[in-house]
Formats: sequence, structure tokens, C-alpha cells
Amino acid sequence: MNAIAQTATPDATAAATPVDAPIVRTEGIHKVYGGAVHALKDINLEFKRGELTSLLGPSGCGKTTLLKIIAGLLKPTEGRVQVNGKPITGPGPERAFVFQDFALMPWATVLRNAAFGLEQQGVAKAEREERARHYVKEVGLAGFEDKYPHELSGGMRQRVGLARALAVDADVLLMDEPFSAVDEQTRRKFQEDLIRLREIENKTFILVTHSIEEAVYLSDRIVLLSPRPGRVAQVMDPDIKREGDPDAIRRAPEYLDLTDEIWRGLREYVE
Amino acid sequence: MSRTATVPAALAGGPTGSAIARFTQMPVTWRILSLALFFTVWEIAGRTNFNWAFPTFLETLSAFVEMVLDGSMGAAYLRTIEPLIIGLVISLGVGVGSGVAMGLRRDVEFLTLPIFITMQAAPMAALIPLITFVYGIGLTSKVLAVIFLAMPVITINSYKAVRNVPPSLLDMSRSFMGTRWQQITKVILPAASPMMFAGIRLGVAEGFSGVVLAELLITPTGIGDLITFHRSVANFGHMYATIVSIVAFAVIAVSLLYRLETTLFRPEKRGL
Repeated sequence: MNAIAQTATPDATAAATPVDAPIVRTEGIHKVYGGAVHALKDINLEFKRGELTSLLGPSGCGKTTLLKIIAGLLKPTEGRVQVNGKPITGPGPERAFVFQDFALMPWATVLRNAAFGLEQQGVAKAEREERARHYVKEVGLAGFEDKYPHELSGGMRQRVGLARALAVDADVLLMDEPFSAVDEQTRRKFQEDLIRLREIENKTFILVTHSIEEAVYLSDRIVLLSPRPGRVAQVMDPDIKREGDPDAIRRAPEYLDLTDEIWRGLREYVE
Repeated sequence: MSRTATVPAALAGGPTGSAIARFTQMPVTWRILSLALFFTVWEIAGRTNFNWAFPTFLETLSAFVEMVLDGSMGAAYLRTIEPLIIGLVISLGVGVGSGVAMGLRRDVEFLTLPIFITMQAAPMAALIPLITFVYGIGLTSKVLAVIFLAMPVITINSYKAVRNVPPSLLDMSRSFMGTRWQQITKVILPAASPMMFAGIRLGVAEGFSGVVLAELLITPTGIGDLITFHRSVANFGHMYATIVSIVAFAVIAVSLLYRLETTLFRPEKRGL
């Protein structure tokens, strides 16, 4: 584990080969709400292809705001976001969002919800349902295709949200506290499944969380944000082996030490 | 967390909605029993002669059959239904249209919301004499009476329904590259439909009040004429039969709307 300073040299990375180039880059992001609340201040970050990065911080540090800016759902007051080297102007097909409250349509079946991204892109019904069916199965919901969201548990609903994001075949999955609305046991199972899923799907994940354990458990890189205004306090690259027994991670000394270290760093921001 | 994750149940079906839903789900025998109990109490109350103008259930029923057979009931409904349907169609079209527009666009909201809030708060029945002054006693006045009562609640509910669509669903549609049109047709309208239909049900019920008020206050035609006539000649059985029939007609119309809503927009509620 080594804590490194955030990188803020755009020219150096632009010259690098496309494989090493960051897939998402934020440059000087400021966000001011209503001219008074300074939510984000000078965020310069690079997200590497295929990595899982957690945005971690206490509530009010603007981590969800940052994620929504990367998604193109919010406009930054200043600065810009680049995806695959191109500045974004709004949501794009290379990014998919997983919502904290699942954002499922209660009137649509699991299959239609999972296929909704494709439906809006105009993919033919047979094809989009086939692809949705594949991802519904991959997230472990085979057999529930024709159920409605109210017939599912919270954890199952978020799996539908995940299937929907996977089905559009985006490079980057943006997850806004995806496990915060489900119970602890479900969350653990979900986290283990996410590690397994990353072995199959070659995606870049950006995950917003307020859980230190979750961030350390899942992430290749952790971005610590400090609150009001939200700034990058620290960037950490946990060096934890995730192959094999998922429970072994929670007992690994690296996991325990890093969790402890992050807590000591965050403690001062918590009243 | 059940369905309430997106639309609170109270908003979704409205009190009438859930009551109707509950009634239609009851086993048929229970529904018949409940009606039979009510009619029995009515029959007994009528036989006690507590009020000379209160007919028994059987008298009312026979008066009803008589009026259906001699054609006076059918003719009355044909007259009444004309301003009702014209008025409701206009109220639905303009009400839902302007309500949705107000919900989607701040400028439309700014311009038109005060009008509808005033219309909803004002006792519109008091305006009926005024309508007669301007438009006389013809069909136009009756249609206007229906519109005045039905439209405000339809508009305000459509507007609020659109405003109450969960913001995360809107974000979801946008983040998955939905156009504004897709967002409106695939997300906003289905999400708003429960509350919108609650308003439409209330509006249709108000429309019935409007047409009956118009027929009682402006000129006695159709159902209003039947009620007035039978009252004047002390045919209380016939008068009650007419009143009960219009009440039953309104209830059936509103329940059918509920059916229409669940089949058109909310498949997940069909099995509930």
C-alpha cells in the first residue's frame, strides 16, 4: 500500500499509449450550488482503464456530485471531464449509471427494466431482451425476468439496476452508493459478487461510498474527499490480493491496516 | 420497501382508487352480500314509515323497472349524457394537456397555475347562474357547468403528478441516453399516471355533479327533469330510482376508469 499524491499533469498522460491513458479524467472541477455552497473545489483526477476507484468521504463532501458530473447529469461550474480523451457535454454511451435508490420503473418487469437503456437507444426488442436476459442471469436473477420490482428484495432490485448498466455495454460503470439501501448481509454478498463480476467483465468502475470497509474491500484505488468544499484529500492504492476466498480479504492485515489508517484520516471531519 | 420506493401508495391510487380496488377484489359473494345487506336495511327503513317521502327498496326498484320499460329513463340519460360527455372530453383534453405542460415547463406553470388554483378553490356551482346569463339555457351552458367542475381537479392532479415523478427516474432516463421525448413518454407519463388518474376519477365524479346541477339549476332536462318532475307529483319511488340510478352510473363510470388505468399503464397492479 502506498499513498501517492494526485496526478495533475494532463500533457504527460496525453502522450502516453492509449492503453495506459486514463479512461476518465477530471480537470479543475469546481461546483458551486446557487452561488453560495461550494460543493467541489479543484478536482483533478485520473481513472485508469479496468480499475475500480472508490470516491470515499463523509457526507457532504460532494462525492455524489462529482460522480454525477462525470456521468454528465450535472454541469460543473468550472473545469471539464474527459472520457477516452474527449471532453463530455452530457451523458454518453460509454458511461452507465447505477443509482442509490435503484431507479427502477415499478410498472416494468425485471427484463424490461434491465433492457431499458437499450430500449432508449432503439435496439430491436428481440435483441435487447436477449442481451438483458444474459445480464439478468449474470447478476444472479435468472428466473425473475417477468417479476415486477415490488416483488423483489432491495438487494435484488439493485441487481436489476446493475444488469441494466451492464446491458448497454458501457466502458465505465458509475455506481452511486449502490449498496447503501440494502441490508448488511446482502451488501456483503453483493460486494463478493462484484469482485467476481470484475473478473468476467472488463469494465472501469467508479464507486461512491461512505463505507471505509467497502472501499478498501473493493478498490484498486481510493480517493479520499474532504468536506465543504469537497477536495481531494488523499489518493491511495490498496495492494490487496482479491483472488481466491473472498472472506480472506477481510482478514488480511493489509485490509485491516488500511481501514484503520483511512479512519484516522477521516476522523477529524466527523463531528 | 415495497412499491412505495417511487410513488407513495396514498398518492398512487388515491383513497377512491384503493377503495375501488379493494371492492373489485372482494369475492363476488361478498360483494353481493354487502349490497343485499344495504338493500335490506333500506327496505326495513322504508317500511317503518319514518318519513312519508321515503320509499322502500322494492317500490324504488319497481319504479326503476317501470321507467326503463316505458323508455323515460333511457330518453333522460340520452339527454343528460350529451353535455356530460362533451364536457368531460374537453376537460380531459385541456385538463390533462395543460396539467402535463405545467408540470414539464416552468413558464407554462407560471402563466396558468394561478388560474387553475383559483378555479379549484372557488365554489364553481355559484358560477352556474352567471353562465346562464352569458350563454343562455342551452347545451353550451350545461357543457360549461361540467367543465367548470371537472377540469380544475384534473389539471391540478396532472400537474402535481408530473412534478412528483421521482428525480432519480428522470436522471436514469437521461443517463441512459434518453431523449426528452423518450423521457416524457417512457418515464414521466407512466410514473405520473396513478396520480393523474386519481384526478381524472375525481374530475369525472365532479362532472356528474356538474351536469346534474346544470339540469336542476338551468333548465330541467334529462335526469334533472326526471327528478324534478317526479318530486313535483310526489312520485317518490320514481324520484329515488332516478337518483340511485345516476349515483350507480357515476360509480360504474369511475370504476371502469380504474380498470382502464391498470390495463393501460400499470400492469404491475393487475395482479395485486
